[in-house]
Amino acid sequence: MPDTPAGTGAPAAISRDEVAHLADLARIDLSEAELDHLAPQLSVILESVASINGVASDDIPPTSHALPLTNVFRDDVVRPSLTAAEALSGAPEVEQQRFKVPRILGDEQ
Amino acid sequence: MSVSGNGGSVTTAAWLAEELAEGRVTSVEVTQRHLDRIAEVDGEVHAFLHVDAEGALAQAAASDERRAAGAPASDLDGVPIAVKDVLATRGLPTTCGSRILEGWVPPYDATVVARLRAAGLPILGKTNMDEFAMGSSTEHSAYGPTHNPWDLSRIPGGSGGGSAAAVASYEAPLAIGTDTGGSIRQPGAVTGTVGMKPTYGGVSRYGLVALANSIDQAGPVTRTVLDAALLHEIIGGHDPLDSTSIQQPITGLVDAARRGADGDLTGLRIGVVTELGGEGYQAGVLARFRESVDLMTKAGAEVVEVSCPHFVHALATYYLILPAEASSNLARFDAMRYGLRVTPEGDPSAEEVMRATREAGFGDEVKRRIILGTYALSSGYYEAYYGQAQKVRTLITRDFQAAFEQADVLVSPTAPTTAFKLGEKVDDPLAMYLNDLATIPANLSGVPGISVPSGLADEDGLPAGVQILAPALEDARVYRVGAALEAALVAQWGGPLLDRARGLEGVGA
Repeated sequence: MPDTPAGTGAPAAISRDEVAHLADLARIDLSEAELDHLAPQLSVILESVASINGVASDDIPPTSHALPLTNVFRDDVVRPSLTAAEALSGAPEVEQQRFKVPRILGDEQ
Repeated sequence: MSVSGNGGSVTTAAWLAEELAEGRVTSVEVTQRHLDRIAEVDGEVHAFLHVDAEGALAQAAASDERRAAGAPASDLDGVPIAVKDVLATRGLPTTCGSRILEGWVPPYDATVVARLRAAGLPILGKTNMDEFAMGSSTEHSAYGPTHNPWDLSRIPGGSGGGSAAAVASYEAPLAIGTDTGGSIRQPGAVTGTVGMKPTYGGVSRYGLVALANSIDQAGPVTRTVLDAALLHEIIGGHDPLDSTSIQQPITGLVDAARRGADGDLTGLRIGVVTELGGEGYQAGVLARFRESVDLMTKAGAEVVEVSCPHFVHALATYYLILPAEASSNLARFDAMRYGLRVTPEGDPSAEEVMRATREAGFGDEVKRRIILGTYALSSGYYEAYYGQAQKVRTLITRDFQAAFEQADVLVSPTAPTTAFKLGEKVDDPLAMYLNDLATIPANLSGVPGISVPSGLADEDGLPAGVQILAPALEDARVYRVGAALEAALVAQWGGPLLDRARGLEGVGA
């Protein structure tokens, strides 16, 4: 990860290797051509959004939602829901009324 | 179909509803006319990703039976509608404009869709959009862009360009859009139509495929302010299936729109936001905006200039919060339970299948934002980016609070420019993001806002829009002022703005 410009708390740009690492974390394969294309674009965007650093002082509370929210509770009662066939209707593969998935563990595990 | 059914001008949903109520026309006839219009022009406009002629006509026939029995399900029973492809429709494909959901048919209805069905509105089909609602031009749709009915070489706005273009080209009298950073209002501005983003939580998000949960909001896309209010009352109101839904009934919107159409704004304080104008705004857009402000003044309103100093940081705040939420939401597309699955050769693991699927299934803009969001949320940068953005969001909301102490509504141009050419900004993300400069603050703070056509820009003859914002839960105020401005403008023009659209002349003839 890149050096942080003093005082801003935020890096200025993003390298091709970092984009590859982030794509890995986000579980997206990217081709070499896509990496070449995306890295400079993401740097431009990041430089632009980095401008918010220093705008809010430490005592400003964060907002996570547009309107204040409190917990919403409901009674725990049975109500109509999808049938198993409906829930599985969009699945790429189904077996024994279950989602069929590729092996989970990698070779090294 | 006739586009001159309403005294020589635009056919409105309110007028169609009256015709249906009086028995002068049937829903099957109205629905068939719109299906014919779609067949005639959608090859050029490409507003629809899926048209459900059979289903719409069956719903129309059922509506006619209810009307004949004297038991309509709602005022709009039998008036057809188009739905943005980001809302789940049972039995109808729902793709969100993405390859990763190509062919997915939801086993359930979004609450908005369920309410449309319960109110008797035949669903014509699903409208085109930027992939997962990421964009301002529909050019990020995996299924090709929508074209602006004013000029087919130009963008219809986005992400809900399909809904706006469908309404602007008379393919549908009504449509549903969703607005996360302006995706209802900005397409409305550039297509000469009306778009309303309700107060956050005013319309259920259940079954709306999430882009950014804390700001997504569905709402009406129409040709008049009254039509938007009629539709809003049908789709709005509390929904126990959405825990962010406001626990209050939605009432008084139609009344407010009808009252507003009288045109009297005496005593109303209108705040012109200093930061939403000037540099970066097209001259013709600003000229139409000032003209609208003058008309509201003539109608009795008092104009005050208000400053919202943190609005200049809204775009940066949005492009941290949105990618962060989107990268998390879109993790659900894992190739396991629904949607595309791409299996690489050999004996790949679930993770390898997921990577390959997401590479093939997501477009460029979605990949950009997922990676940006992953970055903003990663350890070490969380506080510098996402944490800061959440704090600035607080400051933007405080700016709104202070401004609404000085003014009853805030106004600005909806979008900084008129419709640009297809292809012009598609590979320049930052230039594309600037389209939502004026609309984003309302999403961050949850306040309601409408875009009303303000006229044509002198330099290019293309439509522009005025945005009217009110405090949270004051949607009725937005309708009242919007209807008053609309009435004044239509009187000045001598008829609705859409009468002057010429992009479809000769198409399908």
